[in-house]
Amino acid sequence: MAVKKRLNAKEKYRCMTRDLDWEPSYQTHEDIYPHERFEGIKITDWDKWEDPFRLTMDTYWKYQAEKEKKLYAIFDAFSQNNGHTTLSDARYVNALKLFLSGVTPLEYQAYQGFARVGRQFSGAGARIACQMQAIDELRHVQTQIHAMSHYNKHFNGLHDFAHMHDRVWFLSVPKSFFEDARTAGPFEFLTAISFSFEYVLTNLLFVPFMSGAAFNGDMATVTFGFSAQSDEARHMTLGLEVIKFLLEQHEDNVPIIQRWIDKWFWRGYRLLTLVGMMMDYMLPNKVMSWSEAWGVYFEDAGGALFKDLERYGIRPPKHVEETTVGKDHVSHQAWSIFYQYSQATNFHTWMPTDEELDWLSSKYPDTFDKIYRPRFEHWRALQEKGERFYNPTLPMLCQICQIPLSFTEPDEQTTLSHRTTEHEGERYHFCSQGCCDIFEYEPTKYIQAWLPVHQILQGNCGGADVETIVRDYYNISPGQDNFEYLGSTEHRRWQDWHPNDRNSAPATPVDPDLLKTG
Amino acid sequence: MPVTAIGAYNAQPLDSQDKFNGLQLVYLCWERHLMFCAPFTFPLPPTMPFGDFIEHVVKSSISQHPDAPQVDFNHAQWRLNDQPFTPNYSASLIDNGIDHKSLLHMNTPGLNGIAGTFN
Repeated sequence: MAVKKRLNAKEKYRCMTRDLDWEPSYQTHEDIYPHERFEGIKITDWDKWEDPFRLTMDTYWKYQAEKEKKLYAIFDAFSQNNGHTTLSDARYVNALKLFLSGVTPLEYQAYQGFARVGRQFSGAGARIACQMQAIDELRHVQTQIHAMSHYNKHFNGLHDFAHMHDRVWFLSVPKSFFEDARTAGPFEFLTAISFSFEYVLTNLLFVPFMSGAAFNGDMATVTFGFSAQSDEARHMTLGLEVIKFLLEQHEDNVPIIQRWIDKWFWRGYRLLTLVGMMMDYMLPNKVMSWSEAWGVYFEDAGGALFKDLERYGIRPPKHVEETTVGKDHVSHQAWSIFYQYSQATNFHTWMPTDEELDWLSSKYPDTFDKIYRPRFEHWRALQEKGERFYNPTLPMLCQICQIPLSFTEPDEQTTLSHRTTEHEGERYHFCSQGCCDIFEYEPTKYIQAWLPVHQILQGNCGGADVETIVRDYYNISPGQDNFEYLGSTEHRRWQDWHPNDRNSAPATPVDPDLLKTG
Repeated sequence: MPVTAIGAYNAQPLDSQDKFNGLQLVYLCWERHLMFCAPFTFPLPPTMPFGDFIEHVVKSSISQHPDAPQVDFNHAQWRLNDQPFTPNYSASLIDNGIDHKSLLHMNTPGLNGIAGTFN
């Protein structure tokens, strides 16, 4: 008898994935997959699911091990060559602090989310895809931590990112975004993370950080980016497959999916405000402006996508027109928040140099000179007088995105945007109609939002004054990890490494009086 | 539908007034002064007279703005929760109708921020 010794790739994939599934006989489908129905999504045939990854575990391990070997070799080389000293400027490292405390823990949340939904689908193909992605996400957490651990030896504020993610006021923005997705049903989770975030918006997160790293001499982070790139491509494929599969399964799914796309597009857009700020203000060598990035990666690419989805009855996300106005404002508005509340951040802030102000003017001809440049020049003048501006009050936050109410009305660029609604006798406030819509659809979920400012004022953050909270509850060392960059320990250390750096103004130590602010 | 959930689902608001140790939250937005990036959040006794609120809370919060010394509070125009509002300086916040999580907008005619840029 001829025994076939080897399976070809296709057979192997079938045997090692869907063939491992079986029909249960002791328990009902409903009992085994209890999360599959309550969202109202109808699946008539899971076999129509096209596997986007086509990878078996053994092949996956082989690929990833190969990539890791190269990745860690480069980390070692970077570290041995003191790669941190050849960055464009030490200000760049503040982008990494934002990334490590704001994004890396999201990779961990993604791992948790995909591990959960990878258990909850009765279709074996979807389960396997989600499990694979869960493992990818866990690998990203680890490699990001390792990529940045070298910086932790030489710079401040990187020492306790996971703790900070759970507590620091502005980190509730990314944290609550992902928790919202993870506490939704499995289909909403996939629409939120796989489709809206990974497929539609991921290029606006990854490309800015990774090109930013490349432009600023950070080989460790660039290499991590390359190593994650093939994973991200798989995740994007999954995102598109999910949406097409759900839309093709039943016409009743269409309005549900549309509402989720509306919600998660808006949530993602708000979250990416932080990336916009990083691109326009925190990269000493600029890649492109946030406005340009939004044009290329959302307006062009997303426009084609939504054209393609039209045949399923899907329209572009609600309020999308507001983003074409907002793209010329949000990065400046965000930097204004962080500059004035820098006594409570885990990174330094600063005012742009003359050259950088001119770059911003040229990239934002309709908004920057009119609104933001006069503000920044005023702050710079104060700083030169030794009166660097810090805002000693606490800001009003949006109940949904948790960002201070700092955005302006789409049709009135000098009026702060605000919406409000009442639910069971309580008043709730929002930064936009998009966030207000999300609340009004599921108020019971969002009345529980953990808004950092309100928690501080309820006395739940271990102190009554900002300095105590920052030091003891956030584990951020005031005056060392935060406040103004010019004159910081980091700035002075950088100048010691580069005594002839013509780009740096002489560093004077932070005025001790300023440390009392807040 | 108040929430999409797998079963019965009840939740309490996290920011009801009873959680603020006798105080209430009041938000204040100084219009056309975007240098302050967002409206302020103040925890205040509901019994605080409006005059004290101006004197001890508002004045110190806006003091870093170059327009602050020129603010004429007697001619400021107010909105309370998006409705026109005329404060009674000697009455308390709550007697002025300023309750928990109320938003006040303050408009100071003639003052248009740093160099008239609404900053």
